[in-house]
Amino acid sequence: MRTGSRLERVLRSGRFAVTAELNPPDSADPQSVYERALVLAEVCDAINATDASGANVHMSSVGVCSLLTRAGYEPVMQVSCRDRNRIAIQGDLLGAAAMGVRNLLCLTGDGVQAGDQPEAKPVFDLDSISLLRTARMLRDQGHFLSGRKLDSTPKFFLGAAANPFIPPYDFRPLRLAKKIEAGAEFFQTQYCFDFLRFCQFMNTVRSMGLHKRAYILVGVGPLRSAKAAEWMRSRVPGVVIPDEIIRRLSGVPSDQQRLEGKRICIEMIERVREVEGVSGVHVMAYRQEELVAEIIEESGLLPRRWISELGQTNPCEEYNI
Amino acid sequence: MNGAVMTAPFTQFLASVPLPFWEGGQGDRFTTVLRRLQDSPHFLEIVYRAVYRMLYPFRRWLNPGSRAERIFILLERLSKIPLFDCRMCGQCILHDTGMTCPMTCPKNLRNGPCGGVRSNGHCEIIPDMPCVWVQAWERSKRMPEYGKEILHIQAPLNNSLKDTSAWINDFHLLQKMTPVGWDE
Repeated sequence: MRTGSRLERVLRSGRFAVTAELNPPDSADPQSVYERALVLAEVCDAINATDASGANVHMSSVGVCSLLTRAGYEPVMQVSCRDRNRIAIQGDLLGAAAMGVRNLLCLTGDGVQAGDQPEAKPVFDLDSISLLRTARMLRDQGHFLSGRKLDSTPKFFLGAAANPFIPPYDFRPLRLAKKIEAGAEFFQTQYCFDFLRFCQFMNTVRSMGLHKRAYILVGVGPLRSAKAAEWMRSRVPGVVIPDEIIRRLSGVPSDQQRLEGKRICIEMIERVREVEGVSGVHVMAYRQEELVAEIIEESGLLPRRWISELGQTNPCEEYNI
Repeated sequence: MNGAVMTAPFTQFLASVPLPFWEGGQGDRFTTVLRRLQDSPHFLEIVYRAVYRMLYPFRRWLNPGSRAERIFILLERLSKIPLFDCRMCGQCILHDTGMTCPMTCPKNLRNGPCGGVRSNGHCEIIPDMPCVWVQAWERSKRMPEYGKEILHIQAPLNNSLKDTSAWINDFHLLQKMTPVGWDE
């Protein structure tokens, strides 16, 4: 299936993919989006635009993605089911496709209680799996959930989230299979700090042959400090940080914890690269976007733009080597 | 004496009365015993299959909107609310979800656990509540007949079927519960 997605092309070519997360601004100025995109675009294959992550309101992912595609960037639009019902979501998918968005990440979304406006009404009309199936229906079958035909179909490379680090552990690979069944073609996982658990998960995934049916990008990210790590594991739903990581961070003086956090992240990238079935990494550096370039560079994942627009691998041409 | 003091004994008395079981009251001993039945999913799936087989020959008379449906709604309220904390969505998939009602999940997820389950297996939104889907998965593993159904992709809920009889919908309105071309 040719969707015109650059991320899909990178993954299909077998190269190790890098995606990064852009935190949408609390602003109505397009420049604030471009400033954040600029530091990420040079070092990654696609930029994730979050959809009110952690139930905190920011600029919408449709808006951010539209700005990004206008400037020629490759966005991954995150769609969460928390804030919109099926009518709004299907409309947004068509709108995004018209604006040139080719990658979709279908999420259930955190509960409203996690965010800054806990009194909001949680919608959850669809869930991540029925959203995937709905997006695939628009793309492949060419009609809405109601059965009404589309004049032209959106071309999406469909993605989903995976979190191997939380219970029920033995169900997580089966959930991955279920999402593939519903239409997922790539996965971005939650922050990976528990490498052992990840290996167990990947063992099951490999034995089920799932790594051949979808691309798995492992979520990584730098921790700012031991305190930030504590805050994250108690407040951000679904993030698991083992005690030894926190001990390692608090073992160094506080002015060096940021560096240590970065080092842990780079080590994790090097470790997950060796795992069979891992197709890339997804770097989430919350409020530390400037670190992303350093992390990717120091992990030896540069240069990124080896694939020309025609889809032929030719590093020499673009870099004049 | 003001009004509040005078009515205080009465309001105290009201608060001490447990909610009747058909209201899903947790304090009621009868309900507590019934809820424990959920931990015998293999028994409940036998009951489900038996009821299905018993009702199947009569499906011609069990039509949506009939008088039979009103009786079914009442019976379902009396049985499923105390047993499963049923929310009367009208599209029962209890046997697909380890005899655990997915509508009791704060996100109403019908396709499996979200990515926010706490390490102790509790809910992201209500920290004191065990995750509905952790329980559903544990129970599914103990259901020889319908346990595998947890892997089936559930269609989004049809909200117009709320407060109707799930049994009768199961016999007559299956096509209304899945969007056109859902299962290809």
